[in-house]
Amino acid sequence: MAARAGVNWGKWAVSGPPLAYLIVFFAAPTLIMALASFRTPGDFGGLAPLVAPDGTLDLNLESYARLAESTAYAEVFLKSVIFAIVTTVACLVLAYPLATLIAQSPRKYRDLLLLLVILPFWSNFLIRIYAWMIILGPNAALARGLNGVLALFGVEPVPLLFSSFAVLVCLVYVHLPFMVLPLYANLEKHDRALLDAAQDLGANAWQRFWRITFPLSLPGVYAGAALVFIPALGIFAIPDILGGPNDTLIGNLIKQQFLETRDWPFGSVLSIVLTVAALALAGLAAWIGRRGSAGAARA
Amino acid sequence: MALLDIQGVTRRFGDFTAVDRVSLAIEAGEFFTLLGPSGCGKTTLLRMIAGFDVPDEGRIDLDGADLADRPPERRPVRTVFQSYALFPHMTVEGNIAFPLQMARVPPAEIPAKVAEALEDVRLSGFGRRMPQELSGGQRQRVAIARALVTHPRVLLLDEPLAALDAKLREEMQIELINLQREVDITFVYVTHDQTEALALSHRIAVMNHGRVEQLDEPSRIYGAPATRFVADFIGQCNLLSGPVVARDGGILTFDVPGVGAVRATAAEGQPDARHGTVALRPEKIRLVADPSEAAAPAGPHGRGAPHGGEARAASFGGDPTHNHVRGHVADLLYMGDVTVYRVETPGGARIEALLANSQSGRAKFFEVGDAVEMSWAVDAGHTIAG
Repeated sequence: MAARAGVNWGKWAVSGPPLAYLIVFFAAPTLIMALASFRTPGDFGGLAPLVAPDGTLDLNLESYARLAESTAYAEVFLKSVIFAIVTTVACLVLAYPLATLIAQSPRKYRDLLLLLVILPFWSNFLIRIYAWMIILGPNAALARGLNGVLALFGVEPVPLLFSSFAVLVCLVYVHLPFMVLPLYANLEKHDRALLDAAQDLGANAWQRFWRITFPLSLPGVYAGAALVFIPALGIFAIPDILGGPNDTLIGNLIKQQFLETRDWPFGSVLSIVLTVAALALAGLAAWIGRRGSAGAARA
Repeated sequence: MALLDIQGVTRRFGDFTAVDRVSLAIEAGEFFTLLGPSGCGKTTLLRMIAGFDVPDEGRIDLDGADLADRPPERRPVRTVFQSYALFPHMTVEGNIAFPLQMARVPPAEIPAKVAEALEDVRLSGFGRRMPQELSGGQRQRVAIARALVTHPRVLLLDEPLAALDAKLREEMQIELINLQREVDITFVYVTHDQTEALALSHRIAVMNHGRVEQLDEPSRIYGAPATRFVADFIGQCNLLSGPVVARDGGILTFDVPGVGAVRATAAEGQPDARHGTVALRPEKIRLVADPSEAAAPAGPHGRGAPHGGEARAASFGGDPTHNHVRGHVADLLYMGDVTVYRVETPGGARIEALLANSQSGRAKFFEVGDAVEMSWAVDAGHTIAG
């Protein structure tokens, strides 16, 4: 019995600090925010007292009702989801060949190539976004070259900066490493003999990819998709800096409620809806994925 | 015409010649084995037949047509890989259906063919399992069923039993022999295990340093090795080498250092060799207690062989049909069914002799140090020139 108690102490000693950290800095704030979503905004921002002067608890659903009043919020949500999906798919399409290349390169170069993938993290996130302002700016070579070509066909010049295009390009750029790394970790473990066997059994290159490599890489695809989709859904800095007036996303809306409008309850409502939506979409994707792989297994 | 005709195939990797001008004609319905130590080129040759590697020189014909410009997926050749290489995300049925789907077999016909293949390898009822849920032997059989379901012209097996334990390996050997006879497909089998090769094959090509040392039936490979390498690689073998000192019709007499005069029948086609080796299997040697030692008082371990006239331990004066060599037991290996005795001659040569422990309750006939006499018929060994 003593030995068993000792093991338990050891377990708590190891898992206790991170658990306490998560409770204090993640679970508690989430609960506070959930509570805030039912409270009344203060007269000068922030929150009105929880206990009203007449001694009753001041909790209501008014902020939730506000969300339902206008379709504008739903449109912003929809736009955010579409941007996040486009970002995820674009990252997947770009990252797959890159991760395959790294996984198949000689072992001695792999660490170097991985280092290059994570190299952008060494400079500040905002600085990298501002760099895109320069790259996409109207006087940069890219815009001049593109508009020069368009002019040949008699097309009006198009602005690259402050557009949905700029937001999407930068979203893909920022999130690409989060797709490459889990995909690489998966592809690197693939057994070369399986592809030899598939080829031996009559599969051409296309069939080998779709029947063997891709299904086996699905755990990496799901991990990468989650790592890209969820942060892309809540991002606000990129549309703030690179987007046009119509590129407000749900992240910008939440930031506005807390920092500019100072309507904390409504900001909390938007945050909770975003969290629930992200969880629901991730759950849906996992469910479709399981059904898909079970179907492949039956085939 | 041979089914699979390998003509002067060479494959080099940099300075290393993995396969060196190999020519083999493998017949339809044959169980053919490439046997050799690791690095002898047998797997490279197999990969070239499958199409995963391309010869630098020479050609490989199947049914009289050159395979050179056909990639693996377009050759009527299937491989059973050493690691089995079953697709882990597919069921057993899915794995076996895969080559049928690739061959565009109508989906309606696939289940019946899969069931038939499973029956061939005695795995009916396992179709819904995932590969991870099977034992090693079962995975092996799925790999074979998957390779055979499209009825290839040739089945290549790359050390397929290497990962199995000894008992299962023996079982699978018997199953492979039966399966090959049933499906009547040419098997080309690669192994480094000589007992496996002897047990399974119709013919064996023994390879070393990228070349075929000997191509023959198992009994000939074992009984009449063509080279010292083959004699040494296949089973235990005493190699008694020396110059030819006398010639009497078909019988050669060799002067073997440490042993003395050894008489052996000359091999065919080597009538005037100056130097040769007698390859003598341990089980061909008869081992008895030394009759002269038994009579005369000797040291406790029978050492101290008399000097002078008896320095040459071998004598055949009185027996024209047998060689007789005296010595004492230097060490012995008790294997259960047999005991291997290593006998040291007075001249310092060591010869292995094997005795079946057929008498119950008796583990061994001799102890270390016992004086013994070995004898073998002059035609018991096989003579190799050089």
